[in-house]
Amino acid sequence: MASSNAPSNVLSLLWRNKESRGVIIQIITMVIVFGLLAVIARNVVINLEAVGKEFSFDFLFWPAGYDIGFSPFIEYTNKSTHFMSGVVGLLNTLLIAFWGCILATILGFIIGIMRLSSNWLVSRVSYIFVEFVRNVPVLIHILAIYAIVVTILPSTKQAISLGGDLFFLSNRGFYIPAPIFESGAGWVGIVLLISIGLVIAFKRWAKRIQDNTGTIYPVFWISLAILTVLPSLALVAMGTPISWDIPALKGFNFQGGMAVKPEFIALWLGLSYYTAAFIAEIVRAGILAVSDGQTEAAHALGVRPNRTLQLIIVPQALRIIVPPLCSQYLNLTKNSSLAIAIGYMDITATLGGISLMQTGKEMETMLIVMGIYLIISLLISSFMNWFNSRIKLTER
Amino acid sequence: MTKSFNPQSYEPGTHPDLPPPAITTGLIGWIKTNLFSSPLNTALTLISIWFLWQILPSSFHWLFTGAVWSAVDRKECWAMMDAPRDGACWAFIRGSLELFLYGWYPEPERWRVNITFFLFGAAVFGALRENIPGKKYWLMFAAVFPFLAAWLLFGGFGLEPVATSKLGGILLTLVVAVTGISFSLPLGIALALGRRSRLPVLRAICVIFIEFIRGVPLITLLFVASTMLTYFLPPGSSFDLLIRVLIMVTLFAAAYIAEVVRGGLQGLASGQYEAADALGLTYWQSHRLIILPQALKISIPGIVNTFIGSYKDSVLVLIIGMMDILGLGRARLNDPDWLGLAPELYIFISLFFFVSCFAMSRYSLSLEKKLETGHQS
Repeated sequence: MASSNAPSNVLSLLWRNKESRGVIIQIITMVIVFGLLAVIARNVVINLEAVGKEFSFDFLFWPAGYDIGFSPFIEYTNKSTHFMSGVVGLLNTLLIAFWGCILATILGFIIGIMRLSSNWLVSRVSYIFVEFVRNVPVLIHILAIYAIVVTILPSTKQAISLGGDLFFLSNRGFYIPAPIFESGAGWVGIVLLISIGLVIAFKRWAKRIQDNTGTIYPVFWISLAILTVLPSLALVAMGTPISWDIPALKGFNFQGGMAVKPEFIALWLGLSYYTAAFIAEIVRAGILAVSDGQTEAAHALGVRPNRTLQLIIVPQALRIIVPPLCSQYLNLTKNSSLAIAIGYMDITATLGGISLMQTGKEMETMLIVMGIYLIISLLISSFMNWFNSRIKLTER
Repeated sequence: MTKSFNPQSYEPGTHPDLPPPAITTGLIGWIKTNLFSSPLNTALTLISIWFLWQILPSSFHWLFTGAVWSAVDRKECWAMMDAPRDGACWAFIRGSLELFLYGWYPEPERWRVNITFFLFGAAVFGALRENIPGKKYWLMFAAVFPFLAAWLLFGGFGLEPVATSKLGGILLTLVVAVTGISFSLPLGIALALGRRSRLPVLRAICVIFIEFIRGVPLITLLFVASTMLTYFLPPGSSFDLLIRVLIMVTLFAAAYIAEVVRGGLQGLASGQYEAADALGLTYWQSHRLIILPQALKISIPGIVNTFIGSYKDSVLVLIIGMMDILGLGRARLNDPDWLGLAPELYIFISLFFFVSCFAMSRYSLSLEKKLETGHQS
């Protein structure tokens, strides 16, 4: 019967069938998407040819020709290549992301717990802080802190001295003593690593003993003792091979020590307390989500209050806190690209900013920068997924 | 029975009908339980009071009592204070308010901006307010509003055309934010449905798009819009920077909305999907009538958070040289008359964003409460 009718009938039959309709829709989408990509690729080729550019990554090995004021890890001069400027930028991005995540976590947990305080004044103050901070764009926070650091802090001549002339705060940066490692410092490092290994081994052993016999060792204090005593012994035995280079005012600027640039301070503080406001809400929600019955049950079993917190509340709250915490870390890392607004040289400012302008390689530089951010995002989220699966509730 | 007739004697202060001791009720009781219940709490309270005492009186003086509200330039401001910088120079903000509001929009055409602001208020009011007569027409008006606003602002069809580069200040901030918000919702829902589709090709395309956008910072996308996007277009053609930026902001917000809506779709009990199938509803019918209303209801907090996020992100356009409220304000800081008034500027802009974002989050909370039906699946 179908064969006697027109082919349009076959088409409508195909359309009515769920399976074949799916296939048809997918084929059409694929044609549209690939057609679009092909048109874009063709336009790119024609347009690049029209302005006389070619698509290649050779520019990475041309001399960059610009200075980067902040390169704490590797030597960089304006004769270095664009590739090196990209590496410096990437390291600066990772540096700010790392320290930012640490400070944001600490502040976020403190503020989140303050929010839950039974003290009315404390919880109000932290509530107002959280609401104000997270409802204002992070860029404004960063610019405001930068303005404070640059305009309100004194010049190097009148730098504020902290901790008995060891630390100096001025509008050119925060000067701190820098460690100098002499021969023999390596041994101290090795001893430190060994004591960390000992602590891990001791923890495992103590846990096994506790699981088997119920005896509880003061793990924290013993670990602390191992970590402090062994390296200090090594330090004395090797004749203190580590000394400190203390900053001192010579002429118009400080000599010696380590300088933390105002750009870094502004970006670090701004990103940290902005993210901390979000983390505080996550922490608060996580702790509230653990029902009171859990605490009561633990107390009924005779578990002491601080061990209740350690064994009952925190593990359950952490399970709720970790996934959103992960996305806050990702946000902080991506927001660190705002560095460009205050002149901190991260990957967006070096490769995506100055290198782009100097070489005119928009496509290549942007592809590299976006690719790097994608890889960082993937790495952070896969690490947090792994961590999450470790602390996840094992359902039976 | 007999006991109640028997006059019983109580020790003083132990009668059951006596009011509770004054120390546990009223203001004193409240202070005792909330501020001084334990040594730790007492210490915390004292530290907080000391901290606030350090900050509040001097801030209040700087912000209000010591501030100057009208002056021609900063020199005049300083002259009117006890000491220069003793108070805020709000004259700077007052003098620049018109610039901050309209940007460089041509003077004689500013009535169009005013009408747009008024219609914007009406659209927001009509779309958000429950129980107003003709709710359907208000919603239709809110849906038409972006196009109406585009016509009013940029001209054409009988109105004097205005170049997009004339836009600035709060006007530009609102244009970027409102476009991002209103177009990202439908696009985000479509992407979320695509990501949960049973067709592998559709799903893969949506996943790649969402994960790519969410993996890179908005700044890089804005750089793409300002430097690279013209290479993608047919040779010789190009379109306005503002429109390129608007497209990027919309795509960025849509990817985040898509994930929020996907969370809502997953949070729905599978019985709802099965019931819709059992009733013989088609894909679109079941989504329109059963799935989406419930999924969107669950996703409201996340959607509003994304809106607030994209509203705050709109300040990033200053990095590619567009003069939104922040960019214009910073440019104004270089004015010799008002040099170095950064604190006033940043306080004003922070307040502007705080008021609007806080209002949004409060509205979302009240909406959540109203839509709460008691049983969450």
